[in-house]
Amino acid sequence: MSTVNKGRHAFSYALPIALPIGVSFFFIGLGFGLYATSQGFPWWVPMVLAMTIFAGSMEFVTIGMLMAGFDPVTAFMLTLFVNGRHIFYGLSMLQKYTNMGWKWFPTVAWMCDESFAINATTKLPDDVDAGWFYFHISWLNYAAWAVSTLVGGLFGNLLANYDLRGVEFVLPGLFIVIFLEMLLNSKSNTIRFFGISGAVMAIVMLLLFGSSTFMLLSMTCMLVACYIAYTWGGVRLD
Amino acid sequence: MTNIEMVITVAIVVISTLFTRFLSFLVFPTGKQAPPFVLFLGKALPASVMGMLVVYTFKDTTILSYPYGIPTAVACVITIGLHIWKRNMLLSIAIGTIVYMVMVQNV
Repeated sequence: MSTVNKGRHAFSYALPIALPIGVSFFFIGLGFGLYATSQGFPWWVPMVLAMTIFAGSMEFVTIGMLMAGFDPVTAFMLTLFVNGRHIFYGLSMLQKYTNMGWKWFPTVAWMCDESFAINATTKLPDDVDAGWFYFHISWLNYAAWAVSTLVGGLFGNLLANYDLRGVEFVLPGLFIVIFLEMLLNSKSNTIRFFGISGAVMAIVMLLLFGSSTFMLLSMTCMLVACYIAYTWGGVRLD
Repeated sequence: MTNIEMVITVAIVVISTLFTRFLSFLVFPTGKQAPPFVLFLGKALPASVMGMLVVYTFKDTTILSYPYGIPTAVACVITIGLHIWKRNMLLSIAIGTIVYMVMVQNV
């Protein structure tokens, strides 16, 4: 297949998978645009933050920081804290994001939760080029988020007339479905076991230490657990 | 905050975010063989990190006071059941969300 055909074929495979994310981004992006403008920022600010930072929760945090006093050290520490999970996404994708050429840089730069979730768990048919698929998922999510925050910044206030309480369930709904697909499709029970234990470990950490630190704590415990399983348990994955 | 301070703040957030995304790839570049344990992590972590992400989206759910996380639990069960039955992502998410919205708006 020529490069153009490979790209197109992977695109037609990626688009329907990215669609549910686009829908959930749309509602969250509207919410973010509305939030930023309601704090007194002009309509273009949410979109600019979305396109430069491209990490949802960090964008909400940044709006808060922009309204407080100038504190570059806190900005740095807070970002590492909130986005530290990306380091683990990177570790997970080391062997997948390879031989991608120019597509590698944008794919890693736009490695958000949703793109990671799709690219780490989707079982691709042999005729779909993995590199192109990863890239398409990443830019589609990026574009959907940018457009949604723009619409939110411009028209978010019109939403005040509708009762949209509860629409935030689109994000948990999306992750549940991706996780389920991963459990149903995975080749080995060891992988399923790792998935379930990740969820259980996170629940335990959340209950013990609260919502601000449980992610980094769970990830650290996962590393230790993997090390023990690999070194002393003799666990191997093909 | 002055405009220039705002730009610096956003720049710091952007650069630190990119740092978290690129770090693993910079430490273990392609071509250089990563240690076997790191390769193992690449296979084991996606599943566990995904499980953790599901929990992450529920981190602010109230369970100890009214409504005791009931709307969330019901919507989750419906989403999971519907998805196992039909295996249609959009349908599962849409129905789950609508059920959740009806519950939080009327209870």
